[in-house]
Amino acid sequence: MTLKEIAEILEADILVDSDNPNLDIRSACSADMMSAVLYYHAPNAVLITGLTQPQVVRTAEIAGIKLIVFVFSKRPEQVTIDMARQKNIPIITTPYCMYSASGKLFQAGLPGCYGK
Amino acid sequence: MLWQIGMALNLDESIEQSFQLIGGNFNNAGESSSQLKRILSKLGADESIITRAAVAMFEAEMNVIIYAAAGWVRFTITPQLVKIRVEDMGPGIENIELAMKEGYSTAPDWVREMGWGAGMGLPNMKKNSDEFKIESVVGEGTTIEMVIHFP
Amino acid sequence: MKLDKLVKELTLEVKTCRECLQKDITGAYVSDLLSDVMANSRDGNIWITLQTHMNIVAVAGLKNLAGILIVGGRRPEDEIIRKAEEEKVAIMTTPMPAFEAAGRIYQMLQ
Repeated sequence: MTLKEIAEILEADILVDSDNPNLDIRSACSADMMSAVLYYHAPNAVLITGLTQPQVVRTAEIAGIKLIVFVFSKRPEQVTIDMARQKNIPIITTPYCMYSASGKLFQAGLPGCYGK
Repeated sequence: MLWQIGMALNLDESIEQSFQLIGGNFNNAGESSSQLKRILSKLGADESIITRAAVAMFEAEMNVIIYAAAGWVRFTITPQLVKIRVEDMGPGIENIELAMKEGYSTAPDWVREMGWGAGMGLPNMKKNSDEFKIESVVGEGTTIEMVIHFP
Repeated sequence: MKLDKLVKELTLEVKTCRECLQKDITGAYVSDLLSDVMANSRDGNIWITLQTHMNIVAVAGLKNLAGILIVGGRRPEDEIIRKAEEEKVAIMTTPMPAFEAAGRIYQMLQ
């Protein structure tokens, strides 16, 4: 699924765009706990989260997450946005809660990430 | 503040970098893991090795920053393996077996609200390494050494 | 939908309070941040989380949630289960990750 498709399904605003037109998201991970994201570390995954600390971008970079979705229209601080831009990790924000955002993407066919 | 306190570069044999960590300082947390990831990438290491090493190192870093007063972390890359050593001046771990259980956490609530403290750090570190050694003295600190072998 | 129907459809493992399974589910709330759950969850929601510590029982009780679904194959300790029985909070577990659990429940409750 492309960033555009995901943003459309989630009625999301794009805060940091992707510089990769071929970005293809293959699975999704819904988590607020960073260690959970590190546990799954699925490649080409989207992270759906309510945590807007800069750590989220760092964790995404380490875990190989390719797109971050903030729920409840949460907007992170500028330092988080700058870090994401620097690391080429796109960020979008959706008005939906984590439950609905997960539900909609799941219904659209995106599978979840399992740990190894 | 995060200082790079030593770097020995010998392209034929090994690459080593150390980083000092300050407890409670989340600002540059993860910087050393990013570095490790970058270097392993440049060296053309296998994708899964890069992720395992970066995850193991990142979890180690976060434990020091969350629980300890200070510490340092060092990675060593040789043609055969990646070694990560982390030492802290922290509270130490009373029951290591318990601490290694998934879900067991001694984190205070404010740590959980920051997205850490789910009790998965140590298990994540062990899971991602081929060799895992942990030593701890209550009241003094904890030392962890992890090794990941290149295929 | 009653909680027991959800448990059956998704083959959730029930850890506590079987009588609580007769509760009606009003929806689901997915979050691992307690402050978030305290602020935004609704009466009768089933709470999807991977947190397994003691506080989750108190939060579920305070917000009158239908129950807690612990995901990712995580297992609550015995003392958490004991507390949940005391407080009459239903705790279920599943190997599914949060995204999938939320997705399936979302589909069922549509």
